[in-house]
Amino acid sequence: MASYTPTVSLDDPITSTGGNGHIPPHHHDGDDSGPSFFDVRLRRARLGLVVGLTGIVMIFISFSSAYVVRQGLPTLDPRTDILFHDWFPVPLPRLLLINTAVLLISSLTMEIARRQAARKAALAQLTSVPGVSMHAKEEVSWLALTVVLGLSFLAGQWMAWREMAASGFYVASSPSSSFVYLLTGVHGVHLFGGVVALLTAGAASLLHRPADSLAIAVDVTAWYWHFMAFLWVYTLCLLEFVH
Amino acid sequence: MTTRELAAHELHAHAAPQGFIRKWVFSLDHKVIGLQYYFLALTAVFVGMFLSLLMRIHLIWPSVALPLIGEIKPETYLSLLTMHGTIMVFFVLTTAPQGGFGNYFLPIQIGAADMAFPVLNMLSFWVTFLGYIVMLSAFFVVGGAPLHGWTGYPPLSALQSAGPGEGPGADLWVISIALFCIGALMSALNFITTTLDMRARGMSMMRMPLTCWAWFITAILGLLAFGVLFSAGILLLLDRNAGTSFFVPLVVVNGQLAAHKGGSPLLWQHLFWFFGHPEVYIAILPAMGLCSQLVSVFSRKPIFGYKAMVYAMLSIGLLGFMVWGHHMFMSGMSPYSAFAFSIMTMAIGVPSAIKTFNWLGTLWGGRIRFYSPMLFAIGFVSLFVSGGISGPFLAQPVLDIPLHDTYFVTGHFHLIMGVASIFGIFAATYYWFPKMFGRMMSESLARWHFWFTFVGTYAIFMPMHYLGMAGATRRYSQFTELAYLRDLIPLQKFITYAAIVTIAGQFIFLFNLFWSMKYGKKASDNPWEATTLEWTTATPPPHDNFGGHTPVVYNGPYEYSVPGAPRDYVMQNDPATVAAH
Amino acid sequence: MGLVLLVVIWLITFVSAYFFIAKTWWLPTGASAAAAGIDHHFTTTYILMGIVFVAAQVLLGLFAWKYRDRAAGSPARYSHGNNTLEIVWTVLTLILFVGLNLMSSSIWASERFRPAEPGALQVEVTGMQFAWYFRYAGPDGKFGATKPELIDPSAGGESAIGLDTTDPASKDDVVTGTMYAPVNREVEVILRAHDVIHSFFVPSMRFKQDVVPGLAIHMHFTPISTGDYEIACAELCGLGHYKMHGMLKVVSQEDFDKWLAAREADKQ
Repeated sequence: MASYTPTVSLDDPITSTGGNGHIPPHHHDGDDSGPSFFDVRLRRARLGLVVGLTGIVMIFISFSSAYVVRQGLPTLDPRTDILFHDWFPVPLPRLLLINTAVLLISSLTMEIARRQAARKAALAQLTSVPGVSMHAKEEVSWLALTVVLGLSFLAGQWMAWREMAASGFYVASSPSSSFVYLLTGVHGVHLFGGVVALLTAGAASLLHRPADSLAIAVDVTAWYWHFMAFLWVYTLCLLEFVH
Repeated sequence: MTTRELAAHELHAHAAPQGFIRKWVFSLDHKVIGLQYYFLALTAVFVGMFLSLLMRIHLIWPSVALPLIGEIKPETYLSLLTMHGTIMVFFVLTTAPQGGFGNYFLPIQIGAADMAFPVLNMLSFWVTFLGYIVMLSAFFVVGGAPLHGWTGYPPLSALQSAGPGEGPGADLWVISIALFCIGALMSALNFITTTLDMRARGMSMMRMPLTCWAWFITAILGLLAFGVLFSAGILLLLDRNAGTSFFVPLVVVNGQLAAHKGGSPLLWQHLFWFFGHPEVYIAILPAMGLCSQLVSVFSRKPIFGYKAMVYAMLSIGLLGFMVWGHHMFMSGMSPYSAFAFSIMTMAIGVPSAIKTFNWLGTLWGGRIRFYSPMLFAIGFVSLFVSGGISGPFLAQPVLDIPLHDTYFVTGHFHLIMGVASIFGIFAATYYWFPKMFGRMMSESLARWHFWFTFVGTYAIFMPMHYLGMAGATRRYSQFTELAYLRDLIPLQKFITYAAIVTIAGQFIFLFNLFWSMKYGKKASDNPWEATTLEWTTATPPPHDNFGGHTPVVYNGPYEYSVPGAPRDYVMQNDPATVAAH
Repeated sequence: MGLVLLVVIWLITFVSAYFFIAKTWWLPTGASAAAAGIDHHFTTTYILMGIVFVAAQVLLGLFAWKYRDRAAGSPARYSHGNNTLEIVWTVLTLILFVGLNLMSSSIWASERFRPAEPGALQVEVTGMQFAWYFRYAGPDGKFGATKPELIDPSAGGESAIGLDTTDPASKDDVVTGTMYAPVNREVEVILRAHDVIHSFFVPSMRFKQDVVPGLAIHMHFTPISTGDYEIACAELCGLGHYKMHGMLKVVSQEDFDKWLAAREADKQ
């Protein structure tokens, strides 16, 4: 049977049925041992990013699986009724390796920018000042460098495309070339999204937005950026080694 | 105030927007966004219903010229069919329960002041809205809307020459779906983060109402599935416009060799159904969560087997990703794969059955109040059973041989996904209307609506099973060409008449909805005497949902008829606690 | 209201069940060797699922009436569930569903896991917008070559399937719009499509298979009674999907030989 208790002390509520019910410890005013407003917002933003990246990962998983399936798929020649394989891997331009290096370096600069922004926010918290960003220029320069590197990467990808076209490999030339353009293109679009986020963070910094909001924006963008670098390395390995 | 309460307060203290645009158009308030999604779905469902009416009329009177529209050609019929399916599945079933009610009530039911990312929430609605406009525009371009069905199998959907409507109309269809995918992914992000990170004190996962579990699991399914559909759409767009051959092998259309080779039509089917099967659970899970809620509230009893219900929904979600091949038994896929998929498919029937048993178990020993939300909840259980029973037929490949692509399938998915889910939407509307608009809907009009719809939809979709067993093939624009199909026309006529009457009955609902907003009886804060958090706050809720008082939760969501309690319900935030043994 | 719900739910249930039991609209009479097994399993499934259907709906209606809120009545039973019951009905349901499936899988295996018998009659079935063509290899037992460039649907027959008449093996190939098969002999169909996906569906033979461009799918069935059986296209293929039909005529071996010989003679 159930029991019903009409009164209960607010400091120590009894747990109820329905599973692992609990009340988190009750903080009194002025107690700093719990998560701060900044910590909560940062955690929430990072959680959102992880969730969002899961969605993006599924896009790349489906393209990867289509890639692997297509490679192994024999084609029926209706004239002879013979099944033959029509997969001839496209030679990848060496330029892609240079682009990779550029992107990895940009990950470094991104990380520096992220840590700087985090330090500023921590400072602002300790002094209990809402944190007008004082040294915007220093921070912005690392963000700007990352943007420049990111755009260079994209320009390099475009040049790689031109190089492939010059050798006669267009989007529709062969199944292999279709996938090269597809995978590099989709990655490039997502990276460009990261560039836009960086520009927004840079603008916010120049406009002296609060240090904590800035730190969160830069943090989330940085992790996204690192993930894009990882995704690029994955894509390159897929194209180079799985064929 | 604790830090956490301070945070919530800060977030919303200055946030109440002014001005028509900030308040109603580009609102960041999850309640407004929820209503925006709801009204989008409302227009979509009437468009979708109208298309199906034209379809049913054409089927039994193929050469009749309708006023304004004229004679419906076979290709037009197929366009109506394609757009009916696409609009209903995406812009109604995937929009109203999740984007509409989920957005409105998830934050409130878990005790939060808003969704985790309000700007993203607003964007997700407007992207979805844009997708809707693009979809409708397919009707108005050269060639009209596509005719390849909502499933869009290539090569038919990949070749502009394969049929009328496969030109720009088909491109717009793909683009619309891609936009919808983006909106859905953004929305899923919000739902998941909000559920994991923003529950009020005391609101553990296992104290959440089953509606919240349903929205949460639906969002996870969406997160994992919509990316795959998006990818498939990109590949299709490339095949259609860039000359690639992901899906198109060497084909000859109308005597012309197409400029494609080597692609695999089955690749599309795998990608599409990998999304498509979770999609049907996305369409039904919120309604299942709501049904659990309503049978409990209106029987004045806790839900029978809360944990089992949670595990059942989780298993449905998980298994839902392992059964997609059951749409492909006849496709040319390996018969060994078919066997594997069919075992998984039979397995997924088990958690669905458990939920049905538990709904019955909740009614058992209850004190049932037959308000309109409860009528639709009971109707939902009946329809879910009927639609579910035909599943085990189709899940067995050997029985799928005579039944695949017949009206048996059409009857099955309409009952279990279409009508059952719509009953969930109706139930949600009648249930939450008082909280959203501060007034009650008319109960007598609601009852008329219920009977029209309950009897009417059975009259439409039950006979389809008979048609299917007799071999009546789907997606035929008329039944005049084969002798055995001609013999089935009388039954088709019955279905059409039933459809006309049922569709007419939906205007009762439409009238009730808008009339009650202005003239309905004023509602109290908790007219149904329910226990969940939305009923603890004002009607309609203030901008930050709880007027600055973040709730603290002490009880589970289904504490009805607790022995010893002063009333037959104990609110979740009531500090008087319930402990059961 | 509880009583009305009970009556309506029960009525819907019994009326629906009636039409299933009376077989007012039902599967056409089976005319292939596989039909008996398939139909038997169909019956097993529908009896078992029918019992579940009726039981669930009857209980739903009953509970709606029996547990209606009455002014004088005991309070609702406060219960969060029963774990034993959950386990019992989960296991029973699992046994029912998986059991049904395993029962049917032997039939599936015998239809689909084995290739056609050596003596089977080979018929190439080609689907295109919006007609079916059937090709017989003739006395040499070989199908002549076809070329996509030669396909001309508007010319019908051999041109529709793009038969390469320069190939010697094509000389005795017979292409028709109507499918003929001898009774009691396994037919091996080689299924192809030219343009989009179609599906070769012969309801009486309990046979259905999608025909996919880029694939040549080999399958088999054995007609066991003579007669004319309609063929319907069962995969949306364009505006003419509704009229893409054919006819399978099952005749005695003797009549089949005569028919084929007459078609060969026509070619000279």
